[in-house]
Amino acid sequence: MANQFSEVTKSRPKIDGKGLVTGRPAYTDDLAPPDALVVRILRSPHAHAKILSIDPSEALKLPGVECVLTYQDVERIPYTRAGQGNPEPSPHDKFILDRYVRYVGDEVAVVAAVDEETARQALALVKVEYQVLPAVLDFETAADNPTVIHPEPEIHDMFPIGFEPKRNIAAAYDMEIGNVEGVLQECDFVVEETYYTQAQAHVALEPHTAFTYLDLQGRLNVVTSTQNPFHTRRLMGLALHLPLKNIRVQKPRIGGGFGGKQVVHVEPYAALVTLKTGKPAKVVMTRKEVFESTFTRHQMRLTVRIGARRDGKIRAIDMQVLSNTGAYGEHALTVFMVGGSKTLPLYNKIEAAKFGGKIVYTNKIPAGAFRGYGAIQGNFALESAIDELAHKMGMDPVELRTINMIKEGETSEVFKIMGEGGEGVEMIVESCKLDYCVRRGAELLGYNPRRLAYEVAPGIVRAQGMAIAMQGSGIPLIDMGSANLELQDDGFFKLHIGATDLGTGSDTILAQIAAEELGVGLEDMVVYASDTDHTPYDVGAYASSTTYVSGNAVLKAAQEMKKALRHAVADKYGLDPERVVFKDREFLTDEGKKLVSLRDFSYDTLYHNGAKMKTIATSGSYSGEKSPPPYLAAFVEIDVDTETGKIDVRNYVAVVDCGTPINTNLAKIQVEGGLLQGIGMALYEDVRYSENGHMLTNSLMSYTIPSREDVGKLTVEFAESYEPSGPFGAKSVGEIGIDTPLAAIANALYNATGARVRELPLTPPRVLDAIRRVKDR
Amino acid sequence: MNITVTINGQKRTLEIEYGDMLTEVLRKAGYVEVKKGCDTGNCGVCTVLLDGTPIPSCSFLALRADGREITTIRGVEKEAAQFADFLTAEGADQCGFCSPGFAITVLAMKRELGNPDEATMKHYLAGNLCRCSGYEGQLRAVKKYLEVSHGESI
Repeated sequence: MANQFSEVTKSRPKIDGKGLVTGRPAYTDDLAPPDALVVRILRSPHAHAKILSIDPSEALKLPGVECVLTYQDVERIPYTRAGQGNPEPSPHDKFILDRYVRYVGDEVAVVAAVDEETARQALALVKVEYQVLPAVLDFETAADNPTVIHPEPEIHDMFPIGFEPKRNIAAAYDMEIGNVEGVLQECDFVVEETYYTQAQAHVALEPHTAFTYLDLQGRLNVVTSTQNPFHTRRLMGLALHLPLKNIRVQKPRIGGGFGGKQVVHVEPYAALVTLKTGKPAKVVMTRKEVFESTFTRHQMRLTVRIGARRDGKIRAIDMQVLSNTGAYGEHALTVFMVGGSKTLPLYNKIEAAKFGGKIVYTNKIPAGAFRGYGAIQGNFALESAIDELAHKMGMDPVELRTINMIKEGETSEVFKIMGEGGEGVEMIVESCKLDYCVRRGAELLGYNPRRLAYEVAPGIVRAQGMAIAMQGSGIPLIDMGSANLELQDDGFFKLHIGATDLGTGSDTILAQIAAEELGVGLEDMVVYASDTDHTPYDVGAYASSTTYVSGNAVLKAAQEMKKALRHAVADKYGLDPERVVFKDREFLTDEGKKLVSLRDFSYDTLYHNGAKMKTIATSGSYSGEKSPPPYLAAFVEIDVDTETGKIDVRNYVAVVDCGTPINTNLAKIQVEGGLLQGIGMALYEDVRYSENGHMLTNSLMSYTIPSREDVGKLTVEFAESYEPSGPFGAKSVGEIGIDTPLAAIANALYNATGARVRELPLTPPRVLDAIRRVKDR
Repeated sequence: MNITVTINGQKRTLEIEYGDMLTEVLRKAGYVEVKKGCDTGNCGVCTVLLDGTPIPSCSFLALRADGREITTIRGVEKEAAQFADFLTAEGADQCGFCSPGFAITVLAMKRELGNPDEATMKHYLAGNLCRCSGYEGQLRAVKKYLEVSHGESI
């Protein structure tokens, strides 16, 4: 397969890589004007309170303070910060500044000063009097709690999402296929268990940053570390009551996102100051602010029931979920639905399925998009429960999965029923090498169902576990990406894309796609991306969409370019365009006679062709009619210290079907990076709070992410797979890596100790406690 | 107050406040290759060499740098570019935000330890966190770089 391509599948270095590694100015704060006002945000010290008064007078007396802005200075417009399609499936329940604060870290006032130190001092001088209100901190008692977090009348949903703010419910959803209760009653084996997943912090190493200025035409320019420039423009227009034509959003290089920058967190606050003062302004979050005042992963409680026949056929699955969206409802419904829509189709031969529950408000940090986006939570519950079922039935968990899992050419009713906040689309799975992934993963780890655990030293048990996963490739009929291509003199191409490279290398792989189709090299492409003034529309980087959605748009633009070039050359030489062949940077007749080189023609069309001179430019847009899932089979080997409860991951094997990897190295790093984030969540990452709702894990000292010493080995391989609807056979690869570690490690822990831990993370005290309970039985 | 420091071979006098941390002072002076990540000395994106030793500059008082020599990644541009070739060949640069701090630590490790074994390597570099790559690609790059460039010094 790989040999048929000249650019695609090749591990080209990222086009921006060398500049980044050698420290060229690249990120938002590197590029901010030196005279930008420093904007700091005063944040709530209370989980829930009403602001009785704000007195900025002392702060304003401090030399160098430019302005202090409060809710009294801002038009009261409810909006959502979630970077999603229009209309957003998230409720409009947030105000840029409000009289109420709903979690510790919520915005109270904005201070702008000439430098960091002055801004910091001014923050301390703003006097705020609060009426502290009772707070809802436990998500299991949030629904119908006497304390209502959003009593304000202006907030609303954009279409029905089960929004009931008076009951602290941000969204709700229920679906059923067939008759789950009936089928479960007929099953020989039924497992019913409840699982808990915790809030995880993204910890992109670049803190959220934005700067704003007015250009010569008085338009608001926003340079920001965003995953979705076009959504950011639209949401800022709404929140600031500005026509979109008066806003330009640019994304320079950004230091990681993982969903944490699929949102408008800092931009409006810099903009407020620029609009008020006419001066450039910047917001650079501190790490503490990133932890306390951006988003986390949704905490969830998932109750799973699975029923199977004696021969191993799984007949029904029910998942009932409670999700904690924190103080605001960004991504509340959609993350929740992905918990089912990107797990249930793994077992597509079931006769009945049910999925439903509520997403509740609490007075905690809002939850939002985070790589995996519900699928990781659903995967932990479902893939743990599948192992529990296998053990109950006395079957090898691999065999149980192999009998029941989805195969190429099949479908699932869930695809049609569950989509992005509403219905989905019907889809036949045209590429699925999950069976190969499972076989190869087992082989790579040396999986042995008869010897899943053994003692390697006194008290140290070595064990294996596994899980499978799926994700999507963009949101069908909602996500759209576009690309413009233009031939330049000297024979190279400008590729302008709205797509947003978060560091994944998407600028590079999209250029590889264009180069492949044009039969030129990556070095012939100049890429410019993510600028609402100068690049075409794209939803941005989320939902595993860039390779598939934006990639298909680039492919279309390149196909059009080939056609346009042939026509232009035909016109010049008085030939039928069908008779012109474009190959190896040269134009030939169909008889093989050389007409002109691409380079010479590029000069001709711009300088020499008289009245026929023209810019040769093409566009492509793509909106998927389907969302082909990538698949992954994971096998892990861990050591469990039964004296301390500590788990060491020795080797994590992942075999991935992402279709054609456009850039094999970059695809591999996507998976490896996802695996480690998943392993971090499985073992110790956990956003924790004090009793009054203060975040305890608000620095990298108290919130640990994996270091390079924490994991033995990650082993990643790709299956040979080709997705007919994808660009050169590609599907997505950005999220799939994160999904399996929770369940695979928990399953290995069970195999090691007989202790089934259904609450994450698998910290030593929790593991030890579970081991002791098994011993006491 | 003022401090006088040699940055990338150039003597500079910089105005600082008593409590300023070195990262902020360097960024303000135009050395934006020194990134600001965690503010607590944990992530390593702010790593610079102080008299040849890697330190997290976000947790180092600028005052204490007075009279000393600071090297950022731009001060070892040639070696950084060589290492960048290996890192980008693995695709392990990713978002790149941790790369300058990581790269300068790799160069310091090479000078200090030559071509150490994997465990030593991981331990030396453990203070440089990366949230994108899962570290495997970085490890592949460092190993190949040290094999090829072993013997040369920065």
